[in-house]
Amino acid sequence: MAHSEEDILAGLAEIVNDETGLPADAVQKDKSFTDDLDIDSLSMMTIVTLAEEKFEVRIPDEEVKNLNTVGDAVSFIAQAQA
Amino acid sequence: MSDQPNVVVTGLGTTSPLGGDVPTSWAAALAGKSGVRTLEQDWVSQYELPVTFAGQLAVPAEEILSRPETRRMDPSAQFAMIAAREAWADAGSPELPGERIGAVIASGIGGVITLVNAWDTIRDKGVRRVLPLTVPMLMPNSPAAYVSIEVGAKAGAHTPVSACASGAEAIGYGLEMIRTGRADVVVAGGTEAAIHPLPIASFAKMQALSTRNDDPAGASRPYDVNRDGFVLGEGAGVIVLEREDHAIARGARIYARVAGLGMTSDAYDVAPPDPTGAGQERAFRLALANAGVSAADVVHVNAHATSTPAGDGVEAKAMRRALGDDADHVTVSATKSMTGHLLGGAGALESIFTIMAIVDRQAPPTINVSDPEPDLPIDLVRDSPRALRDGDIAAVNNGFGFGGHNATLVFTNA
Repeated sequence: MAHSEEDILAGLAEIVNDETGLPADAVQKDKSFTDDLDIDSLSMMTIVTLAEEKFEVRIPDEEVKNLNTVGDAVSFIAQAQA
Repeated sequence: MSDQPNVVVTGLGTTSPLGGDVPTSWAAALAGKSGVRTLEQDWVSQYELPVTFAGQLAVPAEEILSRPETRRMDPSAQFAMIAAREAWADAGSPELPGERIGAVIASGIGGVITLVNAWDTIRDKGVRRVLPLTVPMLMPNSPAAYVSIEVGAKAGAHTPVSACASGAEAIGYGLEMIRTGRADVVVAGGTEAAIHPLPIASFAKMQALSTRNDDPAGASRPYDVNRDGFVLGEGAGVIVLEREDHAIARGARIYARVAGLGMTSDAYDVAPPDPTGAGQERAFRLALANAGVSAADVVHVNAHATSTPAGDGVEAKAMRRALGDDADHVTVSATKSMTGHLLGGAGALESIFTIMAIVDRQAPPTINVSDPEPDLPIDLVRDSPRALRDGDIAAVNNGFGFGGHNATLVFTNA
C-alpha cells in the first residue's frame, strides 16, 4: 500500500530521531540532511537502509548523494513506491 | 622501579551483574549477593540451550544510554562507555592535553552480538539491509575507540585481546603507558557482552559452563567440590590510572597504587591452562618482583577462580608456590561466585574489587562454597567479608585466559 507524503515524512522523522536523537519535529522537508541536521555520511546510509525497509522501496546507493533535503527523500520515496 | 613514575588509581567505574556502578556493585559483593539469574530471552527455549542462566547486568544499558547510543554501539561498547563515564567523573574529569591521555579497553570476544545479528539480517532480509555501522560496531577495538572519543584520549587507544586475561592485561598496558612516559592519565579496563546463544552453545559444548539450571544463584562455586563449570557474565570495569605526581598536583583522591604487573604465556594448549600452573606461578612471582613487594606484604588475592573443575585447583597450587608459607596469611576471594565470569571484563571488575578491598580493608566473600576442596592450599574467604590488617599492604588480582594467557596485577595502598 502506498504511503502518503505525510506518512513518509513522519516515518523518516522517526528513523532520524532513533539514529541521531534529533527531535522528530526538527525533521522538515526544507531541512538539509548535512547542513541543518548535521547527519554524516554513515548515518545517512543507515537512514536510507532503514527507510528502504520501512517503505518497501529501493533507493540505489548512487541516488543517495542527490537526496540533499528531507523533501528530496520524501519525493524520491513517494515516486519509488508508485 | 625507582627510575619509573609511580602510578595510582584515581577513578573507578563499572556496570556489572551486581550493580550499575561501583558503590552498588561493591556493596553487593561485600554482602555476598549473587547477580546470576535465569535468562528470560525467547531464544533460550527456542534453541533448547543446555544452560538457561547467566550474570546479566543489574541495570540494563538502555536505561542509562540514549537511544542513538544503543543503536550505534555494540553492547560491549555500551557497557564500556557506562563504566568509563563513571570512572572519569569519579576521577574528577581531569583536565590535561589529550595527547597525554590514553585509553586501553579490552574485550575477549568483541562485538559478537552485532556480528551474528548482521548475519541473521543478510540471511533473512538480504545484503541491502546490512547497516553501514556494522563493522565499526563489531570490531573488538570499538569500545576503546568510543572511550577514547569520550575522554579525548590522543596518546593512543588500544585493545588487548587475550580471552579472560584481557581486562587485567589492559590495566597492565595502561600501567606501562604511564611508566614509559607515553601518557599521564590512562582510562583502562575491559568489557564483554556475550550473552547470546552462540557463545553459550559453544562454551557449553566445551563443558566449560555450569549446567545447574535449577539453581542459578548457586551455580558459580569456585573451590567447592561440586563445582561444574563457570557461569557466563556480562559487563565492564574501567579504572583511571594516573602518574602519582600528576594526581597529587591536582589534588585528586587516590584509591591505591598500581604497583606491578606480571605476564606470561603457557605455550601449552589453546583452551585449558597448563595443569602444572607453571605459567601462572611465574606471572605471580614476576608481578611481585615488578612491584617491589615480597610475599609477606601480600594480604589478599582476588583469584581468577572461575568455578571450573580443572582451573581452580591449578591456580590455588600456583598461588601457594608463589607465596610459600606466607600464603597462610593471605585471604583469597573468588568474586566470580557472585558476578559470574565477565570474560574480557573480568580482570577489570576484579581489579576494582581488589582496589576496594585495600581501601575498605575488607576481603569480599566467596559464596556457594558449602563443601570446599579438601587440602585447599589457600585461605579462602567464605560467606562473609574478612578484615584486612592496617598498615602497608599489597593485594593481587589474577586473570587467566583460554590460550594460556596469564596476567597478574599487584596493587598497594597509596
